Amino acid sequence: MIADEIVNKLNDRFTDLGLECKVDKGHAVAIVPVDNLAGLLKSLKTEDELGFNFFMDITAVDWQEREPRFEVVYHLYSTEHNHRLRIKTNVKEGQDVPTSTGLWSIADWMEREVWDMYGIRFSGHPNMKRLLLYEEFKGHPLRKDYPYDKQQPLVEPTWPVRETQAKMDDVKIHRP
Amino acid sequence: MEMSWKLKEKPPYQSAVDRVLGWSRKYSIFPYPFITACCGMEYMSVASSHYDLDRFGAGLPRFSPRQADLLLVVGTVNHKLSPVLKRVWDQMAEPKWCMAFGACASVGGPYNNYAVLQGIDKIVPVDIYIPGCPPRPEAVLDGLMKLQEKIQNQKHDLFWK
Repeated sequence: MIADEIVNKLNDRFTDLGLECKVDKGHAVAIVPVDNLAGLLKSLKTEDELGFNFFMDITAVDWQEREPRFEVVYHLYSTEHNHRLRIKTNVKEGQDVPTSTGLWSIADWMEREVWDMYGIRFSGHPNMKRLLLYEEFKGHPLRKDYPYDKQQPLVEPTWPVRETQAKMDDVKIHRP
Repeated sequence: MEMSWKLKEKPPYQSAVDRVLGWSRKYSIFPYPFITACCGMEYMSVASSHYDLDRFGAGLPRFSPRQADLLLVVGTVNHKLSPVLKRVWDQMAEPKWCMAFGACASVGGPYNNYAVLQGIDKIVPVDIYIPGCPPRPEAVLDGLMKLQEKIQNQKHDLFWK
């Protein structure tokens, strides 16, 4: 199915989910309230003619001044039908998103990455902890209010002076 | 590639023992390549036959820090990795030297963000910095020769401390 067909199909099939479907730059996009997200994803995965069996990506956008603040974005693909869908859902700060690990197991790590970078929790996730950063890290670095160059070193900066270490004066630069 | 290969005059405080040890140590460097990023390609180029680090006596990489005496930090080191680098450095036996290979290891390179350590000299003492992103093999050889000069001219402990 091409993008228009998917949009029409979704509009017909999911009338009761408060779905907002459109074609954006040739790509099918669906905006769904977070309460209906789990049901929508389950149908998209399990129904034969939709058949989104490949969970490509999940990420988030921090709109900082907008309310609700975050937007979680899913990218789905069907290897069977060769069609794609982007799903967006708006969440407030501190609000949970239902996990997709029961449908696609790769969602496990991807959701952990979103938690790591944006601080959006996924309810029902089996192992909701940081994926890329270390446990001692405070805050979530891809939020817009995280200072871009704020660092949290694990090793205290030290400059040990060794007696045997040569001084820079010992080296003369030879040029022909 | 025309580079003067004469050593400078010996500093007056340097004893004969220092000179002998310096001479012997500078030609038997055992590097430990701590490779994390794309500079590793450049290191491979330097280490293999075309540019050939072996000409300078640094040809045999030891993949255990306990057997090495030159820590080559090749590539970006981030904060999550920094305890590992620190431990590798602490495990190396004296005498030991450290080389920051490329812009990332020297100062953090283009990355000034939450993740990247802004230069490995924050946690380990660096003897020689090689600039470049990545450095040319000639630059690495030049750096190695500078390091040899440093080793020749520094003080050495005759006995193991």
